[in-house]
Amino acid sequence: MTFSQRLTDMHLDVLKEIGNIGAAHAATSLSKLLDKKIDMRVPAVRLVEFDEVMELAGGTEKEVVSVFLRIEGEAPGNMFFILSPEQGEAFVERMTGIKGVRFDGEDELAVSALQELGNILSGSYLTALSDFTKLDLYPSVPSLSLDMVGAILTFGLIELSQVSDQAIVIETSLTDVDHAEAEDIEGHFFLFPDPQSYYPLFKSLGVSSYE
Amino acid sequence: MNEVLNIIKVGIADLKFVSAPDRIRTSGLGSCVGVVLFDPRKQLAGMAHVMLPDSHMAKQEKMNRFKYADTALDDLLRGLTDNGASKFRMKAKIAGGAQMFSFKTSSDMMRIGPRNIEAVKEKLAQFHIPIIAEDVGGKSGRTIVFDPSTTDLHIRKVNHGEVTI
Repeated sequence: MTFSQRLTDMHLDVLKEIGNIGAAHAATSLSKLLDKKIDMRVPAVRLVEFDEVMELAGGTEKEVVSVFLRIEGEAPGNMFFILSPEQGEAFVERMTGIKGVRFDGEDELAVSALQELGNILSGSYLTALSDFTKLDLYPSVPSLSLDMVGAILTFGLIELSQVSDQAIVIETSLTDVDHAEAEDIEGHFFLFPDPQSYYPLFKSLGVSSYE
Repeated sequence: MNEVLNIIKVGIADLKFVSAPDRIRTSGLGSCVGVVLFDPRKQLAGMAHVMLPDSHMAKQEKMNRFKYADTALDDLLRGLTDNGASKFRMKAKIAGGAQMFSFKTSSDMMRIGPRNIEAVKEKLAQFHIPIIAEDVGGKSGRTIVFDPSTTDLHIRKVNHGEVTI
């Protein structure tokens, strides 16, 4: 059986719960940072082809701002927090009170503010995940990039691509309650555990049938 | 009068062929490398979106040959010669292999872009196929479009404009 065929609905539910808990904590952090009510959407766990992963984030060529961090420890993997450049600018303006921020590399303050925001959000996601699973997980220093979705997310699939042509995407989005209808999605989390991380993740949560 | 012009889309870890007047493109290349092989006289070309350097890395029963530099280039060359292209006229243009993120980690995967470039060049050298133009490395993603009738490779990068090589 291939890597993905071994997954049952129960496994997918466990992964959904992981996305749920992580993003709920991140939403609380974001809410405090921006002094604004932030909602979290019901997380989605999908098993999809690589090209479809890109579609979930808006298409390979869509320009996004992304904070990437590598998770090290007992269940290594890759995590991305993805925003449209406009939403990233709005987040930073709200956070710092500075108007007219840009992410084209000139504006170091904007870059470092968003990096910090990504750091806090992914950090709270990961802390919640670590508490929930009792696994030791350490985030790397986050890395910020403004580029195409395909170029960014493919990087997170490299480890996985050695064993599979499909990815399990644990996706959660945060939305600003006041503008929910104007802007569909404010921020997206994508979690790609490394293939060898599924066993410790499932085991820690009492689902042991996955080998 | 107006000929319908198709643009053939190559996905991630995918490979396709094109003949003039159609064009072929792949988008959002990061650490992946886009390899174009073409026979200028026949106006035939093929493009691969290579994700990993070496098929020996595969830990899969059913391996996707288009994912790896070595097997994808074998298939690219064979597909073109099967369609009447000449190996002796064959040329290559390559783009991609960026290092999208940089930070310290034990993982060798951080260097995947440069490793993909090396693997593609090594394989082309084995075939004695010259690389007549390249736009590789750097830190930016690329979308590339190849036109077999002009042999132009058009490259777009976010915040770095567009070039034709």
